[in-house]
Amino acid sequence: MSEQDAKDKISPALAAEVLAEFEKGWRKDLRRAMPVKERMKIGRRPMPQRAASERNKDFSEVNLGLTAEEAVEEARRCLDCAKPGCLAGCPVRIDIPSFVKLVEKGDFAAAAAKIREANSLPSICGRVCPQESQCEESCHLKKASGVAVAIGNLERFVSDTERLGGGAVLPHLPPPTGHRVAVVGAGPAGLTVAGEMARAGHRVTVFEALHDAGGVLVYGIPEFRLPKSILVAEVAYLERLGVEFRMNFIVGKTATIDDLRAEGYEAFFIGTGAGLPNFMKVPGENLVGVYSANEYLTRVNLMRAYDFPNYDTPVFPGRRAAVIGGGNVAMDSVRTAKRLGAEQALIIYRRSRTEMPARIEEVHHAEEEGIQFHFLTTPTRYIGDEHGRVKAMECLRMELGEPDASGRRRPVPVPGSEFMTEVDLVVVAIGQSPNPLIPQTTPGLSVGKWGTIDVDWATMATSLPGVYSGGDIVRGGATVILAMGDARTAAAAMDRRLKEGPAGPSSR
Amino acid sequence: MPRVVRRERLVPNIHVLEVEAPEIARRCRPGQFVIVMPDARGERIPLTIADWDRDRGTVTAVFMAVGTTTRKLSLLSAGDTLPIFAGPLGSPSEIGPVGTVLCAGGCFGIAAIHPLARAFKEAGNRVIVLIDVKADYLLYWRDKLEALADEFIVSSRDGLYGGTEYVPRHVRDVLGREKIDRVVAVGCTYFMSSVAEATRPSGVKTMVSLNPIMVDGTGMCGACRVTVDGRTKFACVDGPDFDGHLVDWAELYARRKSYFDDEVRSLCAWEEERFP
Repeated sequence: MSEQDAKDKISPALAAEVLAEFEKGWRKDLRRAMPVKERMKIGRRPMPQRAASERNKDFSEVNLGLTAEEAVEEARRCLDCAKPGCLAGCPVRIDIPSFVKLVEKGDFAAAAAKIREANSLPSICGRVCPQESQCEESCHLKKASGVAVAIGNLERFVSDTERLGGGAVLPHLPPPTGHRVAVVGAGPAGLTVAGEMARAGHRVTVFEALHDAGGVLVYGIPEFRLPKSILVAEVAYLERLGVEFRMNFIVGKTATIDDLRAEGYEAFFIGTGAGLPNFMKVPGENLVGVYSANEYLTRVNLMRAYDFPNYDTPVFPGRRAAVIGGGNVAMDSVRTAKRLGAEQALIIYRRSRTEMPARIEEVHHAEEEGIQFHFLTTPTRYIGDEHGRVKAMECLRMELGEPDASGRRRPVPVPGSEFMTEVDLVVVAIGQSPNPLIPQTTPGLSVGKWGTIDVDWATMATSLPGVYSGGDIVRGGATVILAMGDARTAAAAMDRRLKEGPAGPSSR
Repeated sequence: MPRVVRRERLVPNIHVLEVEAPEIARRCRPGQFVIVMPDARGERIPLTIADWDRDRGTVTAVFMAVGTTTRKLSLLSAGDTLPIFAGPLGSPSEIGPVGTVLCAGGCFGIAAIHPLARAFKEAGNRVIVLIDVKADYLLYWRDKLEALADEFIVSSRDGLYGGTEYVPRHVRDVLGREKIDRVVAVGCTYFMSSVAEATRPSGVKTMVSLNPIMVDGTGMCGACRVTVDGRTKFACVDGPDFDGHLVDWAELYARRKSYFDDEVRSLCAWEEERFP
């Protein structure tokens, strides 16, 4: 099955469940309690946030979250559509209308449980999902009034309320099946598979190369956007579900997939992500002070260089910092540089504002925090001082030409437009490639030309029996929620395979 | 968490660390390294694997106490645990029957050259081991190396072993008197670049085990990038072994010194905290 076909598919079982919820008495009562016209008059609650001039000096969270009153008021805006667009826009298929209406009803615990049916990491998705291009993009209220229900903010409110109230209630677990599942990589995809498989009664071990679980959520996304305490709580929940974590274990090096199979693991999920940073291959890129975004963010987030020398890992503070790229990773990097004391923190992006792939909220936050944006600009070389440390970069102006394969207008260099600018810190955030460790050490695993693992999108099965994959190692570089969507698909197929055996009718 | 079996000072400032790590012991091969972090607030650093015991499930590394991380490691005792001891990382060294191999080790590289010399010997080569020490009292593992080498040379700048020459002179002497088919060098950057320069005129293939700054050690961050033959390589996954005649040594020196001031600051802060 192609990726698009898999994406468009809503299973009949899910459709029936959503309909049954829609027709419950309390939902009908709630719909009647306020006419649509009244609902449409309510304005969207803005997300409360810390002042830009205060927050751009520390690493505490920017957004403060809705209050209960604000959340209920926001939930009232939802029209509880018979054919909800939001649900189809959600890669993990959360029954969004049901959870939103539970918020309106004031039953926050039930709302949290409803989200958890489809999403193992709700407090994370509520913070990092690009809602504006997914659930909120497809919200019928957006089409009617121009402003969607703040689904992401509500998801965050519900899961934060749950966590602060003592954490998620463990679901009823089926008796152990005795099947052993190995999950490679504790990123968003791996954690999702682990949760789903544990809930199905399987014995799950997650193997993680780094010393903290979370993958990009822990090394990449900064504290000011996703506090570590939230991730720690989600991982603790998985441990309560019976998931075992083996940290500092590099599958492919410490042991291979074949070794693990010999140890008795029957099903595998490879969620090793896009761990290889891309560089532009321009002169001077190896000067001291030029980082990949992965290194820069890993030093600051995972290794806590922002607290140096209290923590031992250093990072350059930078006085005039340039971040190359226009995605979320670039926004995270440039806002980090600002927080570490850069007087000037610049985004250098080769296309224009409209083509930026970053979440709109992150771009707004960056602007408020004093980040300078230089569009239609690309670096052509870096210049170092006598110690091999970067001191300047040469850039070239671009203009937009015809649309390329991605549908975005292609940037074309303007001849003779080179100019020089002073920088003492450069972060290259132009994307990552799939991590080759597993493909290199797993004979028979079919890999595409960009190093991504080949899968059947209907099941996320790879070319090897019992081995499934999802997230950036398959997509080459996407989002947390798409990785989680893949993980859900894979977990369902893995569960069927374990229960029905490899010869089962629906194991592939 | 991995448990320390042994931590001893071999000679001033150089320590041996043996850690319980059965999976790594089972799979590791000469030339690979581990990533080590001494405590929860520590930094991740790579250490070349110097030896292993597959039956006991232990892995041994030798390090020089220089900065905060290695000072912390130098204070470990048997029974202590390490939050991170991960590996085996990097590509194993190319070992094969090539003829006569000159294995040169300096400083912590005296230990790191040991598994390479052993493997080349086992592959049927004539193995000359050349060890460089600043002074006689800094020589360690002599017995281990002498036992497996066909010829054992110590280059020292004082006393017992005579002479005031640094290692290049000895390399040139060996190359001048017999046919050498391969040179491998492990030690500090200066040591390896000196050996590579000494062999360059003869063109004998000289492999060096590079030691740039690393963070994750799995290819994820690119901190360890080095220029080899004009192209950027990640030492952690593409190496750590490279042809010493093709390495951009000046760039490696600069990148190694990236955090010199911070390293001093870190060490001062740690000393103040630990020895007030």
